Amino acid sequence: MDAIVDFFRVYQTTIGVIGINALLALSVWVTLYAGQLTLGNAAFMAVGAYGAALLGMRVGVPFPVGLALGALLSAALALPLGLAVFRLRGVYLAIATIGFGEVVRVVLLTLPFTGKALGLNGIPPVTELWHIYLSLAAVAYVLWRVQGSTVGRAWAAIREDEIAAASQGIAVRRYKLAAFVAGAALAAWAGGLSAHLNFSIEPGDFGFTRAVQILVFAVVGGTPSVAGPIFGATLLTALPEVLRPLKEYRDIFAGLILMGVIIYLPRGLVTLAELRKTRRLQEIGAADVA
Amino acid sequence: MSPPLLEVEDLRVRYGAVEAVHGVSFAVNAGEVTTLIGANGAGKSSTLAALSGLVPAGGRIRFDGRDIAGAPPHAIVRAGIVQVPEGREILAQMTVEENLLMGLRGRARSDLDSAYERFPILGERRALLAGSLSGGEQQMLAIARALLARPRLLLLDEPSLGLAPLIVKRVFDTLADLRRQGITMLLVEQNALRALRLADRAYVMELGKLVMRGTGQDLLGDEGVARTYLGG
Repeated sequence: MDAIVDFFRVYQTTIGVIGINALLALSVWVTLYAGQLTLGNAAFMAVGAYGAALLGMRVGVPFPVGLALGALLSAALALPLGLAVFRLRGVYLAIATIGFGEVVRVVLLTLPFTGKALGLNGIPPVTELWHIYLSLAAVAYVLWRVQGSTVGRAWAAIREDEIAAASQGIAVRRYKLAAFVAGAALAAWAGGLSAHLNFSIEPGDFGFTRAVQILVFAVVGGTPSVAGPIFGATLLTALPEVLRPLKEYRDIFAGLILMGVIIYLPRGLVTLAELRKTRRLQEIGAADVA
Repeated sequence: MSPPLLEVEDLRVRYGAVEAVHGVSFAVNAGEVTTLIGANGAGKSSTLAALSGLVPAGGRIRFDGRDIAGAPPHAIVRAGIVQVPEGREILAQMTVEENLLMGLRGRARSDLDSAYERFPILGERRALLAGSLSGGEQQMLAIARALLARPRLLLLDEPSLGLAPLIVKRVFDTLADLRRQGITMLLVEQNALRALRLADRAYVMELGKLVMRGTGQDLLGDEGVARTYLGG
């Protein structure tokens, strides 16, 4: 028992960060599932982080209300942005959302009340692990249900072929926009949780590197299912800890593992489970023939 | 006599500097099969794409008395015009059942039974990925999916394209069944013989214009049509 308590005490921050990263990975998964490559979620995370922290520290808004307002603000920004950028596809869409991320970063560096380059310090550390994991469980459950619904099928159809989806009566732009706004709100929620976990935030935390990291969590874990991004975020966040004995070589190994996954499991780590199922089916099939 | 279900007037489709359809006018009567035949590049598919709202077009399109020109594709589907696109356009990475569910758009799942009754093979393969079906089965899936959307006008773009002769026959048998059930269809085909045999009304399209019109029987008996499109 003591060992478990000790483990949690030592790794409390890492466990919290894993949960937040999983939420972020799910936030980009929503748009990926609809076939849209966007890199704006680090910026939406920043909106949620600054929004929740400032509302809590300066206005005295209760923590959950601050989280919710941050998410709402982020969704309100995502709506007009989405209307503008969803004229674009593929890499052009990705670049446009990177542009948005840079705008947010520079705004945070210049506004008088965001602490500029120093960011915000002394944010009350009110985020508990159960806040993070309750959010994660709720979000994962809702997304899992959405995946099997009319909305989920519409997203999948758009991902496969926009023209075919449109000719089936799917309002393509509306569904893309819905995915984008939902992802933005989710990233902001995760941002708020993260601000209140870490005491301090600064604009550099939410730059391009962060945006790519979120995408990598989702893609390495695998986008076919909700479990993929959670799995990817968990593994890639824990990996540096696990590889600690390798000392200065650990980043090299982390990079090699990443390359291996992308090359051999292009649909992500969750496809490992599918592979096993297929193999079982083949065995059963072989037995039938024999 | 009641007005036609679909009235198209001076329809023009432009791709950049090139105009593919130069002002065509035609009508589709309820309960009839109307066909557009013509060679590759005549503008047949562009015409259908314009009717579905998939490409911007000039001119007037009236469906059941409502002007639908310029409406987005999903609004046109909701109005009752459903297209079976060329090359099937099924969602290959989704299962047969998931493809059919798209057609239902939220209606009760039990409505799928009507599709499985009409196409038993799809019932047998409901859990398979649509991309693993044969070409003919994919075409059946595309037709079944469109029917589930309860079309008042079914647009079919080259349903025989790339299929073996025996399968082409099966596809046209299915279309003949649909005709008997009173489903209104606008059929675009290169297989002129089969299309004309099926059609109540037919138009010949050449280089973006309608050059001939008549009943299916009329055009089957026409020497010029026979020479150009029926191979003799």
